[in-house]
Amino acid sequence: MNMTELFKDQFAQLQAEDKDSKLSALREEAFSAFNKFGIPTVRHEEWKYTRIGTLFAKDYKSQVSGQVNFSAKDVDAYRLPGHEDANELVFVNGQFADKLSTIRSKDLTVLHLAEAAKNEYSEIVSKHFGHSSDYLKDGINALNTAFVKDGIFIHVKRSKIIEEPIYIYNITDAAAENILAQPRSLIYLSENAQLQIIETFATRGTEDSFTNQIMEVIVEKDARFEYCKIQNDSANASQVSTTHIRQTGTSYVNAIIVSLNGEIVRNNTNVVMEAPHCEAHLYGLYFQKGNSHIDNHTIVDNVMPHCFSNELYKGMMDENSTGVFNGKIFVRQPAQKTNAFQSNKNILLSNNASVNTKPQLEIFADDVKCSHGCTIGQLDEEGLFYLQSRGIPEKIAKSMLLVGFASDILDKINLPHIRTYVDHLVAERLGN
Amino acid sequence: MLTISNLHAGIEDKKILKGLNLEIKAGEVHAIMGPNGAGKSTLASVLAGRQDYEVTEGSVEFLGKELLDLAPEERAGEGLFLGFQYPVEIPGLSTTNFIKTAVNEIRKYRGQDTLDAVAFLKLMKEKMALMNIDQTLLSRSLNEGFSGGEKKRNEIFQMAMIDPKLAILDETDSGLDIDAIRIVSNGVNKLRSKDNAVLLITHYQRLLDYIVPDFVHVLYNGRIVKSGTKELALELEEKGYDFIKNEINEDEEVSIAEKH
Repeated sequence: MNMTELFKDQFAQLQAEDKDSKLSALREEAFSAFNKFGIPTVRHEEWKYTRIGTLFAKDYKSQVSGQVNFSAKDVDAYRLPGHEDANELVFVNGQFADKLSTIRSKDLTVLHLAEAAKNEYSEIVSKHFGHSSDYLKDGINALNTAFVKDGIFIHVKRSKIIEEPIYIYNITDAAAENILAQPRSLIYLSENAQLQIIETFATRGTEDSFTNQIMEVIVEKDARFEYCKIQNDSANASQVSTTHIRQTGTSYVNAIIVSLNGEIVRNNTNVVMEAPHCEAHLYGLYFQKGNSHIDNHTIVDNVMPHCFSNELYKGMMDENSTGVFNGKIFVRQPAQKTNAFQSNKNILLSNNASVNTKPQLEIFADDVKCSHGCTIGQLDEEGLFYLQSRGIPEKIAKSMLLVGFASDILDKINLPHIRTYVDHLVAERLGN
Repeated sequence: MLTISNLHAGIEDKKILKGLNLEIKAGEVHAIMGPNGAGKSTLASVLAGRQDYEVTEGSVEFLGKELLDLAPEERAGEGLFLGFQYPVEIPGLSTTNFIKTAVNEIRKYRGQDTLDAVAFLKLMKEKMALMNIDQTLLSRSLNEGFSGGEKKRNEIFQMAMIDPKLAILDETDSGLDIDAIRIVSNGVNKLRSKDNAVLLITHYQRLLDYIVPDFVHVLYNGRIVKSGTKELALELEEKGYDFIKNEINEDEEVSIAEKH
């Protein structure tokens, strides 16, 4: 059976099983959008260098109901350092596993999305769920929404600071068969709230996994949202991971993505600045080898005046890996006095590695300060010789130069446990 | 310690060194002077093992080993140090971390135990005082945003930390004010001993007022054309390089005339 027919059957089944859900109508809409747009091909401008069609040629088991065969002990292998003092949320095969999750912060509300859609949060859910689809008119986004039966809803009340970070583990169990996982979350930071999320992805087993994730975030006035996504999944794991952040009030956002492994990894990281004086920092570090493909698409949309955004993505590409960076900055006509900066720097470590980078600015206001730039080069020979001439062997010297190159991104990770963890992953990748 | 015999080297198709001979013994300080384009920096680069240069003929023996067969890091391990004319800026790599790695890699190469944090810190404190160098400078990224003087001082500081057998200082004086020259020279002088040697490469006699050489050589057109003591440097300062060029041209005319 081909994927399209499989989706059709599964969708009909889901709608019949879960017909009373508040999400039912949204799914219906999304599924027709999926049928209209289909899986994006390389003819789609935003997917020009990332071919995901082949991923859909495989047979996947797509799990839409909540039963997972996973124990807390199984999760241990995937826990991040510092988890004893963190809130841990576990997704298995795209389904939120509340029994495996631990909430430690008293001011943090974590609910099943379907539940939140029915209770006191229903207004927030109906207002904000699915807002990313306007930006991403493609089938991939619609596909996730079409199969939303459940997901998580995270809410932080007004003026509450969540001291303990949230660790989200996306685990895919591909031990027996190919798995399509579609995690979904809606995160809401009320006025003056603060929250930090660290997210990882892992695949168990050797069959293929494909994760199609959407995280939607609302950041209200004076709130502060910090996010760090670590992608170090297996070489048989692919993902399209969308993080769509709306700054509905003057607020602060910091998002870091560290991508170290995966078959095809596509990130859509979007920030919409809907209030004046918003501030956003987007950082990315990708360090790939083998046949991995990494694609970072970012959008910073300045809707209102006096906003500031800074974007820095750095890549180190080894062996046959391929990379894409596409950074788009919109400055709408009312968004005067915008300061928006963007930079993408790449080092190619092998003759077979490649990067396609495309910075884009679309400015409709006339009093703004914007810059963008990109570089693709090789390891600095002068620097290498300098280190070697001081007795440092070539291999170590190269590692030192690369760690130096990556350091201004790594320095942005402000949780010491996570910083150490990522440093360790990078060192491992360097073969030290 | 170092014996350079009939060294020919160049970059791409351009021949720069054309049969250079030089011998340096332990405890000696040699200065190489010469006009722009004579091959001074090429000599330093070839000795330190920069890849861009190709050696076409000749040999360099350093403490009984053929230097040209060794990788740059092995040369450092054997005791060779090059003070760069333009020290490289490396963002994101702390100076301290860099020096610690260098010191310990050289120790490993020599089969010595690596220094632990305490021993390293003690050594660093001692040499920092010697070079009048500040802790904040060392915690910054290597040479990044350093002034010209700070970069050169950092070079000599690295030399002090590494304690090489032979230090080649490539135009260490260029771009330095008088105070900086004094600090750098002072550092070099304190490190002089009967067991090590220094090769100074410079344009100007000025540096040699502070670091007094045992021998002065004039490099011109890829060869050492004149050698002498420190008085030669004074003569050059007074007369300029033209008198050397004239002498050589006369010699060549004579030799051409003799051939005919």
